Amino acid sequence: MKNLLRLLRLVRPFAGEVAAATVLGVATVGSGVGLMGTAAFLIASAALQPSIAELQIAIVGVRFFGLGRGIFRYLERLASHRLTLRLLGRLRVWLYEALEPLAPARTLSMRSADLLTRAVADVESLQELYIRVLAPPLIAVIVAVGTGLFIGAYRLSLAVVFVGLYAAAGIGIPIAMHVLGTRNGDRLTRTRADLGAAIVDGVQGMADLLACGWGAAQRHRVKELSLCLVRDRERASRVDALGGAAMTFATHATVWIVLVIAIPTVRAGFIDGVGLAVICLVVMAAFEALQPLPAAANSLSEQLAAARRIFTIIDARPAVEEPAMPVPISGAPSPPALDIHGLEFTYPGSDAPALTGIGLALPPGRRLAVVGPSGAGKSTLAHLLLRFWDPTTGGILLAGRPLSDYGLDDLRRLIGALSQRIDLFTGTLRDNLLLATPEADIAAIEEAADRAELLGTIRDLPDGWDTWIGEQGLQLSGGQRQRLAIARVLLRDPKLLVLDEPTTGLDPVTEANLLRSLHRLMDGRTTILITHRLVAMEEMDEIIVLDHGRMVERGTHRELLAYDGLYRQLYEAQQLTLNSESGIRNSDFPPAPQP
Amino acid sequence: MQLDPRLVALVRTRSSPLVGAIVLGALGGITVVVQAWLLAHVIARVFLGEATRAQVATPLILLLGAITVRAVLSWAADAAATQAAAAVKHELRDRVFARLLERGPVAAGRERTGELVTTLTDGIEALDAYISRYLPQLALAALIPLTVAAVVLSRDLLSGFVLLLTAPLIPIFMVLIGRLADARSRRQWRSMSRLSASFLDTIQGLTTLKVLGRSRAQVEIIRRASEDFRSASMDVLRIAFLSSLVLELVATLSVAVVAVEVGLRLLHGRLDFEQAFFVLLLAPEFYLPLRRLGAEFHAGLAGTTAAERLFALLEAPAPTRPTITTAMPATPSIELNEISYAYPGDDNHGSAARSALSAVDLVIEPGEKIAIVGPSGAGKSTLARIVLRFVEPDSGRLTANGVSSQAIDPDDWRRAMAWVPQNPYLIADTVAANIRLARPEAGTDEIAAAARRALAEEFIARLPTGYDTAVGEHGTRLSGGQARRIALARAFLTDAPLLILDEPTADLDPRLQNELDVVLEELLAGRSALIIAHRIPTVTTADRVVVLDNGRLIDEGPHAELLERCDLYRRLVHSYGGDE
Repeated sequence: MKNLLRLLRLVRPFAGEVAAATVLGVATVGSGVGLMGTAAFLIASAALQPSIAELQIAIVGVRFFGLGRGIFRYLERLASHRLTLRLLGRLRVWLYEALEPLAPARTLSMRSADLLTRAVADVESLQELYIRVLAPPLIAVIVAVGTGLFIGAYRLSLAVVFVGLYAAAGIGIPIAMHVLGTRNGDRLTRTRADLGAAIVDGVQGMADLLACGWGAAQRHRVKELSLCLVRDRERASRVDALGGAAMTFATHATVWIVLVIAIPTVRAGFIDGVGLAVICLVVMAAFEALQPLPAAANSLSEQLAAARRIFTIIDARPAVEEPAMPVPISGAPSPPALDIHGLEFTYPGSDAPALTGIGLALPPGRRLAVVGPSGAGKSTLAHLLLRFWDPTTGGILLAGRPLSDYGLDDLRRLIGALSQRIDLFTGTLRDNLLLATPEADIAAIEEAADRAELLGTIRDLPDGWDTWIGEQGLQLSGGQRQRLAIARVLLRDPKLLVLDEPTTGLDPVTEANLLRSLHRLMDGRTTILITHRLVAMEEMDEIIVLDHGRMVERGTHRELLAYDGLYRQLYEAQQLTLNSESGIRNSDFPPAPQP
Repeated sequence: MQLDPRLVALVRTRSSPLVGAIVLGALGGITVVVQAWLLAHVIARVFLGEATRAQVATPLILLLGAITVRAVLSWAADAAATQAAAAVKHELRDRVFARLLERGPVAAGRERTGELVTTLTDGIEALDAYISRYLPQLALAALIPLTVAAVVLSRDLLSGFVLLLTAPLIPIFMVLIGRLADARSRRQWRSMSRLSASFLDTIQGLTTLKVLGRSRAQVEIIRRASEDFRSASMDVLRIAFLSSLVLELVATLSVAVVAVEVGLRLLHGRLDFEQAFFVLLLAPEFYLPLRRLGAEFHAGLAGTTAAERLFALLEAPAPTRPTITTAMPATPSIELNEISYAYPGDDNHGSAARSALSAVDLVIEPGEKIAIVGPSGAGKSTLARIVLRFVEPDSGRLTANGVSSQAIDPDDWRRAMAWVPQNPYLIADTVAANIRLARPEAGTDEIAAAARRALAEEFIARLPTGYDTAVGEHGTRLSGGQARRIALARAFLTDAPLLILDEPTADLDPRLQNELDVVLEELLAGRSALIIAHRIPTVTTADRVVVLDNGRLIDEGPHAELLERCDLYRRLVHSYGGDE
């Protein structure tokens, strides 16, 4: 109920449009009722052979309702779809605004679990809140009241019988269908998810399955689940069929009951024969408004589930909070010093700290490398520097002040961050470059691209800066993506760099080229380079080695190699690697697709 | 009209429930006529004949009977139609999945998994509405109006003509307007899915936007994009909805015309009330099936779209299985003779076919350990795929002890091999089930033994429920090193004479590497092996090293010899640190 109210609050700004669409919906069904009522009146009156003048009004009525129904239906569909689309736009903004403060600390885990894809799909199903859930009962109630009043004008008892039966059918049948369908529906959802997982395993894991001789077994498993799904669906369809038949029966049985009760009143002279014909057809036509109700009951429970999923996501508390009085950052004229002391961090829900006892001082303009085997806590350190999370204990001082003193956007504008994963957005190359600095002019863009060694590539493209990126667009190689990201950083000219595995996944030739660009980028900036690739380490002023969240070694490349520790082991293991990914003989082929 | 001939052919093989549904639906149409006649009769007798309730008791009871029969027939028709869909859906799903398996993992790797899963679950379910609702409705839209028209014609010629003349207007206008709106609404659908994809992009890229300090500025962009899309959509909908406008107008205006025309003749005594009222009751029933067909239009569209995709998957070429098979030798000597292979191009993405192996000769003798090296893209993985028969060579001969692979069933062939890939796949099941894949009949103790030998026991014991912990898509995520140990446990359990192994390129923790080296040594003992090598210790201990470049085997021999004579090999071995 709470979720439903919260959901309705989202529709509130559109109250006027909801009213307009509902009125048109009522007018549509009402025209159907009116058409049958006036037609019955016309025919029944004509049978008494009055003068034609007495039938004129009825004839006009029949024509009006005959014409009106189509037009009202058309207008109603336009109004309700307009509302749906506006609702979608509003829901998207709403979801985005709710997620924005949660990112990235809360959304990183959601992303891997596909929760975000789910949320986007849920928003798309919620756009139909009016059309599928709100409109059917609203229209049904208004039609019931209107038709009841009309019949009541003839005879109150008939109106009471009609409204009672109408309400019983309109409430009882959807509820009964929902109850009958829910358990099966849950099973169906589970079966479909299992079948989906079995198919994913069969497709993505096909090589492993076939190599293990498991192909036939997997086919059998898919077949079994398919059979379950088909059976579940059959059961669901049988419930639907039952509901449809029940609605048909309710419609005509109500007409029949009203007829049986009305016949003596005609004999008694309370209503005339014309009224009998009119009432029967009006009752029949009014049931049209109940047809969409069973589907609306199912939609309601689906949409409530969707809303619940979204609310759970967005009700999370942001991991970091904006300071009440942010310290202004004044143009940042010189590279800042960085000071980390007694740093410890434990991820929420984990019992072991990801980082502990980290302390170091980085003077302005110096270069620090953070290395270690995977899982040592290197990326966690980068995330803390970007203030995705706040440390559990200890702190990070930037230019002498805690990170939490700065405004979040200010802080992130001050830091140039590069990571292994570069997100590009649908749009042109220029859009993607301007993302960080919309005010930059073309000269600045070209200069940044030139320094990132990307300008040549872009000039060679037929559409140049207007080349489309994204679905059906240009596919950039890993190296090109990184260069685009470097150009983005250059445009902003940050004084602190946090580079998180910027060369992972690149072949050594590309890596060497990119490192050259990166080292130029580091000039005059305080830099933290996080990497497991021990390449060009002699360029760094200091190296710290992390292992299981602790700083185990620190020093320069030379010092650490001389000391027989983890750094030397890592270095030697790297020396034992073949150059096979280096593209020494530059083949024209991309790597073979992975099965 | 949306009919896919291949789908119709498939439905025809099990058409009896569908025919049943149509017959039941048509019978329902007859009860509708009977019901209308009884209702008109009762009202006429009460209205003009001044009958009491007792006098019309018989027709009233018959009327209730007709109403009940109508509801039962409607239920039975729907239930029968559901059955027709069930068999077709099940068969189609099994056949498409079987075809995917036949085409092998390389072909499957080119499909987008998400789209494939949707096609095989929801896509096939879309056929349900198509078969169980759209197809019978198509037949009923012809049958019921004809029945009703025949009855009306027999009672009142003029009204019958009104119905028969207006009916064709509905399909004609719907097709005309449909054509007009179709291209535009398709385009609009595409831009809708693009907008949705770009919204997802933005949300998934929130981290980047945040790092750039631009996340809040996106709100306005999202708002504007939604607003633009809305106004563009409304332009399309204004036309698309015209078809329903025409449908409603024709249906309701015709009823109005019948009512007025009948009423006027009644006035002049040229028709009696009962006939007139009967015709009025029948007129909406005449149009109802056509309107229902209009409502199922989307089911028809979704069904044909899904069918297109499913039949494309079903008709994709797959290698033929041998009809007469020879058994795979127990300790095979595998020989590749002039093997060539090219990956097929993809018209959808405009990529051309590219050659991966050209005329490669290689023999793997029992007990021999062979390392394959070469720059990336040289054909190392393709060579392994050929030996595993994940792809069939374009030319050349693959034999085991002289028997052509063409004569050996691929499943039987692979029984002689264990495969440890770079990134082993874990199915969505328990740890035990993931190891058991390698030998379905293995007991718990055998699985534990295999895990112990793969040094996986320790981390499995630390999982929440040990061997019963769910892993894979919705379960606990295992690290790369852990997944690798599961794959090694599988290999121990398979106990196959030939091991095909892809060394990890991702830098492991050196301490972990040392542990895995010990495991590997035990696994290799007494087996032949084909190893895609990435580390120097592997090539120095192999019996023979094979050097690939650009799909050609350019040299082979022991490490020391190759170091002497092969230029490319020397460069592969010399690490970039430059210590050697």
